[in-house]
Amino acid sequence: MDGVALLSIFVLSVFVGFEVVSKVSTILHTPLMSGANAIHGIILVGAVLVTGHADDSITLVVGLLAVVLATVNLVGGFVVTDRMLEMFGSRPTPGGDR
Amino acid sequence: MSLLSADATELGYLLAAVCFILALKGLSSPRSARRGNLIGAAGAALALAVAFLSGDLDHLVPIVVAIAVGTALAVPAARMVKMTQMPQLVALFNGVGGGAAALVALLELGETAGGTSAWEGDLAAVAFTVLVGAVSFAGSVVTFLKLQEIMTTRPVVLPGAKPLMIGGLVVSLGVAVAVFGSGQPVLASLLGLLGLVVGVMLVLPVGGADVPIVISLLNAFTGLTVAAGGFVLGNTLLLVAGTLVGASGTILTRLMAAAMGRSVAGVMFGALRGGSTAGSTAVSSRPVRSVSPEDVAILLGYARKVIVVPGYGLAVAQAQHTIRELEEMLRGRGIEVLYGIHPVAGRMPGHMNVLLAEANVPYQALKEMDEVNPEFRTTDVVLVVGANDVVNPAAKTSPGAPIYGMPILEVSDAQQVVFLKRSMRPGFAGIENELLFDPKTSLLFGDAKESLAKVLAAVKGL
Repeated sequence: MDGVALLSIFVLSVFVGFEVVSKVSTILHTPLMSGANAIHGIILVGAVLVTGHADDSITLVVGLLAVVLATVNLVGGFVVTDRMLEMFGSRPTPGGDR
Repeated sequence: MSLLSADATELGYLLAAVCFILALKGLSSPRSARRGNLIGAAGAALALAVAFLSGDLDHLVPIVVAIAVGTALAVPAARMVKMTQMPQLVALFNGVGGGAAALVALLELGETAGGTSAWEGDLAAVAFTVLVGAVSFAGSVVTFLKLQEIMTTRPVVLPGAKPLMIGGLVVSLGVAVAVFGSGQPVLASLLGLLGLVVGVMLVLPVGGADVPIVISLLNAFTGLTVAAGGFVLGNTLLLVAGTLVGASGTILTRLMAAAMGRSVAGVMFGALRGGSTAGSTAVSSRPVRSVSPEDVAILLGYARKVIVVPGYGLAVAQAQHTIRELEEMLRGRGIEVLYGIHPVAGRMPGHMNVLLAEANVPYQALKEMDEVNPEFRTTDVVLVVGANDVVNPAAKTSPGAPIYGMPILEVSDAQQVVFLKRSMRPGFAGIENELLFDPKTSLLFGDAKESLAKVLAAVKGL
């Protein structure tokens, strides 16, 4: 994909990001951070693609290291966020306004 | 022999990007948040499947093994971590993500170096990804070490830190430009090493209380790194996902800085300028009103409205469950109980809410600063547990104080204020709290958990 198209997507994503994140409840800022953290773990896709095209053993080894690191980021991030959000969801108290 | 066409691949990534946006959107309410997170995880799984099916990849077995290893490392860590240790874990996950992005960019550069198709924008993105990814990785590791108290939490200012820092930045930028100009993988690797040095030097001088801002900032860095990685690989999903995270990190960083009444630059470089991030730890000998747990129980038991102001001291003493029991007991007596949560209570944005949620405090009782401040005027008793700086009126009244300008919880508007404190030592900012000497203030000294247990027992006996 050419640079201008990518740049357009980037600029639009900035606005979507600010719009969505500014509506996040203050109570949930820690899960927001760990959830956002998990989302950038999607660099795993990049790591897999690069490693899959590796031609020499150094690239392969470094690529596999990147795959491990990115997986830790992605999987750990979603699991820990789920654990936190479970605590928030479990006790809905009647009469609450939010 | 790709199983997916180029269009199908792009559509798969688009769907995954939408899932990520929905994941963040779900966080607008605690009710929809968990489902949102699961949608995000499903999006990630979909994206990974698309990557495997579309790419015509070699080395599938080692890759799958690497993913299994990563999962085996991450899941136990994520399951076992204590809620008080959440900031460390987030810092660590953030760091490895940044590191992975930097490695991916380096490898991509190495693979395309021979070709002629490199678009110039790619090289700028490679330089950015490698440098910022390395900064984020090293900075996150130092943050982790500080939070885990493997190293000191005080600001560390090396001799000559300022010229070193400036020199490191200038050299890094120079090498980044060289990478942009030449596309040499060797130079890019050098840039990565420089990034590691800059990352360490960036976080070393930051003090423990400023860590929430640093975590948010590094989160934004990693997000932008991944977005730049999207440019490098021409992958729209990485671009969108990284940008979303960059936006979230930026917003949180600004919110945290505002909640501390400081600029982001002041936090990052304050210690280098020789600013007063560390105050005195002298203990005042002025007289205060020290009371017994029974006195506190009577104050609470016959109040109509009580607001609890929890600080990190509450979490350190593991007193969340005890305060929750006390709250239940008071509610049983028909007393209205709220929690006033300062944005920087805890060690990362929103940390105190998580700690209280763990103790099953209903989130509806958790009130943020702007919401709770008007409530103090009609409150009989404020119970301040393990907090100090966030209720210190010096933030409003003494322009010289390190915390001057920080928005505080206006607890002095209430009828009575009870502090549960270990000792008269000042809080992290190292400034005396005038409120402690106010006639309406009483102090109950001791470990927060023990004190609360005694108060709880005394309320039961009323």
